[in-house]
Amino acid sequence: MSLDALQEVWFTLNQNRLRTFLTAFGVFWGIFMLVLLLGVGQGLKNGIEQSFSSDVRTSMWISSNKTSLPYRGLPQGRHIKLQESDVDFLKNQFPEINIIAAEEPLGSNFRADIYVTYGQHSGSFSVLGAGANYFKIKKSQNYHYGRRLNDLDEADARKVVVIGTKVAERLFGNEYNPIGHQIAINGVSVKIVGVFYDSGWEGRMSERIYMPLAAFQKTFGKGQNIGSIAVVPHSDVDNVALSERILGMLKERHKISPQDNTALRLFDLAKETEEINNTFTGIGLFLWFVGLGTLMAGIVGISNIMIISVKERTREIGIRKALGAHPRQIIYTILSESLLVTLIAGYVGLVLSVGLLELYNWMTNEYGIELPYFSHPEVDVHIAIVALLILVCVGTVAGLVPAWQAARISPIEAMREET
Amino acid sequence: MISLEGIHKHYTSDSRRLHVLKGVNLSIDDGEMVSIMGSSGSGKSTLLNILGLLDTYDHGAYQLGDTVISAGLSEAKAAQLRNRFIGFVFQSFNLLPFKSALENVALPLYYQKIGRKARNYRAEKLLDMVGLGERTKNMPNELSGGQKQRVAIARALITDPRMILADEPTGALDSATTDDVMTVFKEVHRTGKTIVIVTHEHDIAEQTERLILLKDGQVERE
Repeated sequence: MSLDALQEVWFTLNQNRLRTFLTAFGVFWGIFMLVLLLGVGQGLKNGIEQSFSSDVRTSMWISSNKTSLPYRGLPQGRHIKLQESDVDFLKNQFPEINIIAAEEPLGSNFRADIYVTYGQHSGSFSVLGAGANYFKIKKSQNYHYGRRLNDLDEADARKVVVIGTKVAERLFGNEYNPIGHQIAINGVSVKIVGVFYDSGWEGRMSERIYMPLAAFQKTFGKGQNIGSIAVVPHSDVDNVALSERILGMLKERHKISPQDNTALRLFDLAKETEEINNTFTGIGLFLWFVGLGTLMAGIVGISNIMIISVKERTREIGIRKALGAHPRQIIYTILSESLLVTLIAGYVGLVLSVGLLELYNWMTNEYGIELPYFSHPEVDVHIAIVALLILVCVGTVAGLVPAWQAARISPIEAMREET
Repeated sequence: MISLEGIHKHYTSDSRRLHVLKGVNLSIDDGEMVSIMGSSGSGKSTLLNILGLLDTYDHGAYQLGDTVISAGLSEAKAAQLRNRFIGFVFQSFNLLPFKSALENVALPLYYQKIGRKARNYRAEKLLDMVGLGERTKNMPNELSGGQKQRVAIARALITDPRMILADEPTGALDSATTDDVMTVFKEVHRTGKTIVIVTHEHDIAEQTERLILLKDGQVERE
């Protein structure tokens, strides 16, 4: 569009400020709500994803419990304990397994109940023994200081630990690097080699302390028992089929009835992730639907106002045609008006909604506000581009009917109208 | 030269078919100043609309200079020809109320895609010619009836058209301003423009070179 044509369009729009404002507001609101809704949807998704642990998303976690059925002469209510040998057994039986690792808690599972001290400072945390390869599964743990536990730590049964950031904060304060210091777990001294952050359970996974399994078993007299086994299959493997076969084998090995569904538990992260992803695809579609609905209302609004505008301007358009305006030029003018209003209003809506999301992010960061299951609402560039494309289409569609009507105005009829 | 031969025009309103022009024959030489008169319903407005390419005719032949105007002329083509060959002056001025005198005069050149600077330069010269050189920035509601009509004449002249068509150009003016406007028309005529004035006032018709009297859809007397 030439500057001249733009000036002509701007001039007309400026003539009818209220009408232009009302038209613009419909689109502004549509885009504003669409982007805000999508941003909030993303915030929910981010929040839920953060509550996942840093574990590889295809991992499966197997733990044991009491049997619920008698089997081969053995009574029900028998306590099943997984053994370190189960890890080697599964690894040999299933070539589909990529990574397998064992984990054993010192106290009860998932409860921060082990007394840990450093000088005058103390706290209760979860302490776990982590077998070889364990940290290949805790892939996205974020290390603030030091390093992960490695194969040498395990092979030499070193009395070293990695601690979560919340443990470090409690025992050492916020800014202090605790690497190399000794802490006492149930009175046993161990050396800190790493400090990590794990987003799992909204950060509560960072209240943990991990020690190499070999050292852990020796130090705390745990024998060969393990609390859970983590399995990550190769990428092309069907998790569901594999998990059934693994459970079948383990039941056979521990003499558990094939019908017993409580003695062994398997938590499939891939399945959970998929279910949550599906839910979010649904929520996402719903948000688009609502957002586009709002936008549609905006289009109808513009179209209506433009139709009224064309009706009001019948005489003006008639005069323009008498003076030599080509019908195409009239269509072009009306479409340009509609498009310009849409683009400006939509752009403002886009900027304000993204601004509002950013403001929220800035404030939550600045003041450390955390909402449960809601984190960092945002819209990505693709959505912004799609929203802009939608705007262009909206502007054109909204202008089409009025433009067509304007082009059909007969100059004689128009000029006969009373001013 | 402008020539009309056997022009017929029908209108259909409320399922009645009206035969408005019944074989109009007419020729106007280049540089002529003519008036068309006729009582209400004689078809003079319809004739003016056809001459001005604002309306199409049903039968006959119309030649505008070297251009043959066909019966089914498209709106797009008509717009183009109007812009190039015809300047309009209306009884009710038909100025755009939200544009200044200068912008109103310059508007037809916008549709010829001529730049703003060149448009405004020509518009200023024409406003000067019609005696409104000091009023270029005034809005139509700040001008008197006579001044508005002079703006309209300047606007009609800006594309340097072959013919100026004026539909009751003095119908809304008092007698003093009517004389002013007619003086402008005569000055324009002296520059060699063809001028066709539709009027019902004898005083006006008498100031033109030739009178065409229309009665019941036909030319009764020339």
